[in-house]
Amino acid sequence: MSYQPVKFYQTGTFTVGNRLLPPDVRSVQSTQRRTNSLNSGHRACQGCGEALGARYAMDAAMEATDRQLIAANATGCLEVFSTPYPETSWQIPWIHSVFGNTAAVATGIAAALKVKGRSEVRVVAQGGDGGTTDIGFGCLSGMFERNDDVLFICYDNEAYMNTGVQRSSATPGAARTATTMAVGEAPGNVFGQGKNVPAIAMAHEIPYVATATVAELHDLEAKVKTAMGIRGARYIHILVPCPLGWGHASQDTIRIARLAKETGLFPVFEAAYGEVTSVSRIRRRQPVEAYLRPQKRFAHLFGDPPNSAVIAQLQALADRNIRRYGLLEPQEAA
Amino acid sequence: MLKQVEGSRAVAEAIALCRPEVICAYPISPQTHIVEALGEMVKRGVLAPCEFINVESEFAAMSVAIGASAAGARAYTATASQGLLFMAEAVFNASGLGLPVVMTVANRAIGAPINIWNDHTDAMSQRDCGWIQLFAETNQEALDLHIQAFRLGEELSLPVMVCMDGFILTHAYERVDMPTQAQVDAYLPPYTPRQSLDPSEPVSIGAMVGPEAFMEVRYLAHVKQMRALELIPGWAEEFRQAFGRDSGGLLHSYRSEDAELIVVALGSVLGTIKDSVDAMRERGIRIGVLGITCFRPWPHDAVRAALAQAKQVVVLEKSLAVGLGGIVSTNVRTSYTGDARAVRTVIAGLGGRPITRTALESAFTQALEGSLEALSFLDLDRSVVERALAREREVRRSGPIAENILRDLGVVGARIR
Repeated sequence: MSYQPVKFYQTGTFTVGNRLLPPDVRSVQSTQRRTNSLNSGHRACQGCGEALGARYAMDAAMEATDRQLIAANATGCLEVFSTPYPETSWQIPWIHSVFGNTAAVATGIAAALKVKGRSEVRVVAQGGDGGTTDIGFGCLSGMFERNDDVLFICYDNEAYMNTGVQRSSATPGAARTATTMAVGEAPGNVFGQGKNVPAIAMAHEIPYVATATVAELHDLEAKVKTAMGIRGARYIHILVPCPLGWGHASQDTIRIARLAKETGLFPVFEAAYGEVTSVSRIRRRQPVEAYLRPQKRFAHLFGDPPNSAVIAQLQALADRNIRRYGLLEPQEAA
Repeated sequence: MLKQVEGSRAVAEAIALCRPEVICAYPISPQTHIVEALGEMVKRGVLAPCEFINVESEFAAMSVAIGASAAGARAYTATASQGLLFMAEAVFNASGLGLPVVMTVANRAIGAPINIWNDHTDAMSQRDCGWIQLFAETNQEALDLHIQAFRLGEELSLPVMVCMDGFILTHAYERVDMPTQAQVDAYLPPYTPRQSLDPSEPVSIGAMVGPEAFMEVRYLAHVKQMRALELIPGWAEEFRQAFGRDSGGLLHSYRSEDAELIVVALGSVLGTIKDSVDAMRERGIRIGVLGITCFRPWPHDAVRAALAQAKQVVVLEKSLAVGLGGIVSTNVRTSYTGDARAVRTVIAGLGGRPITRTALESAFTQALEGSLEALSFLDLDRSVVERALAREREVRRSGPIAENILRDLGVVGARIR
C-alpha cells in the first residue's frame, strides 16, 4: 500500500531540516504505518510530556517486537487519562492493576508467556515517577534483581501530578509542589539527594539502563528499540515535563525538556551492566536559570532579590552531573 | 494412594497435580513448606512447564500472580498472617479484575503483638475482598479443596483462598489419600480464560470505572459469588464420585438431626468439637455440629436450613472483631431464623491458645443451662487481664501491655490445662 508520510520539522531548535537527512533518520510525525499504541482521543492535558513520551516509547517497542507487545501500567496520569471506562486509548494488550505493583505484574506476564512458549511476545511496564521511585520501588528492585525479562519505563514528571502535584522522591530541590509549599525560610522542596533511580538500576547490574527526554524523540525511540533487542531486566527513565505541575506554557514542553538536558540537570546516557556506555553530550550549554525561570514551580527563586544561593546550589548539581557523566564535548570541558 | 505426609507436603503435591504454570513464593510461617516443596518439584523438572518465582514480598507475590493470570496462566501462591495483610491491596485487585488465582492461607494470628501461631484473624480480615474462601477441616480436605478451588475459580473467573490452620494442619503428619494425575486431569480441565493479554486480540484490563458503572461491576461480582453457592454442592458431589470421598461442599452437619444446641465452627477445631459432642451425646445431651467449609460466599440458605431445628447456637470462632465480638457469629445471626439472642459467640484459640475438650464441654454445658454470655472468651485468664487494667488505672506511664503481661506471667509458655 502506498502512503504519504507527514514530515516533522522542528522549529526553534538546532536541528537542520529534515530534507537534508538521509530518509531512514528523518523524523516522521505521522504515518499509516505507525501503530498508535496510545491512540488519540485520550484526556491528557495540552502539552503533556508523558503522553508524548508514552506514545513514542510504545510505538517504538511495537515496531521493535513486530507488534508482539503487552504493557502493564501503574496507577497515575497515564492510566487515568488513557482509560476512562468504557473507552481506552490503548491499541495494545494493556493491564492496570494497582499503583505500586507494575513491575511485579509485568514479571507475572513474562513468566506466563515463557511457560506457554510464547517468548516472542515481550512485556513493557510503565509508570510515573511516583509509581517508580516511591510506591513501586520495591517491586521494581525485585524485578531488576531477578533480571526478569521486562522493560520498565518511568515517565518522570518529578511529582504526583494525577493527585494534584505533590512531592515525590523525584522532585528536585527548591521545586514548589502542593506538599513542598513555596513559603517559609526554605521555600519549595528540601535539598536531599532525591532518589536517582537510573543509578540505582545500574547498581543492580541489569543489562540495560538509559535516560531520555521528550525533546529528543529519535534518541528515545532508539533507546526503546535497543532495549527491546535485549533479554532480561531493562530500565528507561524519560524526563517528561508537565505544564500543569511545573507551571510552564503548554507549548514549551519540548523546550523545557531540552533545557533540562542542556543545563546538565538531567543527564542523558546509556549504561550496560552497571557501566555507562554512552552519553548524549550537551550541544549548547545553558545556565540552570534558563531552565528554572520559565517554570512557576521555581518562581520563588526569582523574586526581588533572586535567591542566588539556591540557584547556585542547583547550578552545582548540574555542574556535578556534567563532570560525572562527561556531558560536554572534550574541548569545551577543557 | 495413601500416604503419611506433612499437611504442607500433601497440599504441595495436590497443587502440582493441578498443573500450575506460575508459582510465586515468599516465605512466611506457617505456609513456607508448601512453596518450598513446590519449588523443589519445579527445579527437579517434576512439575513442568512451570515458572517458580522467588519474589521480594507478598505484595509482589500476589502481583506476579495477577500478571500471570491475566496473561492466561494458572497461577498459585501461598501466604499467611502479616503476609496476607501486606498483599491486601493486590488481593482485592485480583478479585476485582476477575482473575482466578488460587492461594493457600495457612491461618495465623495478626500482630501486634507478633504471634506466629494459629487463629483465623488473617483470613477473616479479607472476608469482604471478593475471593471465595474455603476452610479445610483436615489435611485430606485441604488437599482436596485445592483441586476443587482451581476448577471453581476458573469456571467463575474468581480467585479462591483455601484456608488451612497454620501448624495444626500445615505441620501435622497425617494419612492422606493422594489422587492420581489422571484423576485430577479428568476433574480439572485446562484453564480457558475469559480475558487474556494477547497481541492478537488486544484488550485493556483494569480501566478506570466511574460512578456510571462501578455499582454494576461490584454487583456482578456478588452475582458470581452467588453462582458459586449453586455450583459448589454439585461439584463436591462430582468430586465424591470421582475421588470416592466427601470433601468440600458448602457445609457439613454432624449429629445435628435432633440437636437442641448446634455448635458452628470453621477449620481443624471441628475435630475437637466433634469429640466433645460425641462425649456429650453419650451422656444423652442433644448437641450437634455445623462445620462451615465455604465461608465466602456465605451459604445463607444452607446455614438457615442446618440451624432450623436448633434452639441454641454456639459459634466458636478463632477471630475477634475488636469492638464488636464475633465475625462468624455475625454472619450466622443473619441466617438463623430463631431468636438472634440464642446465638452465642465464643472466641477461642487466639494466637494458638489450645482449645481443649474440657473447656469446650464446659462452654457447651453453660449454653444449655442458659448461663453462657452472649460473648465469651474461652480460657481467658481473668487475673492477667485484671492486673493489666489495674496497672493502667494506677500509672499513666504503664508501659507496653504485652511485655507487662509476659513479666506478670513469669514463665512464658503454653498454659495447657
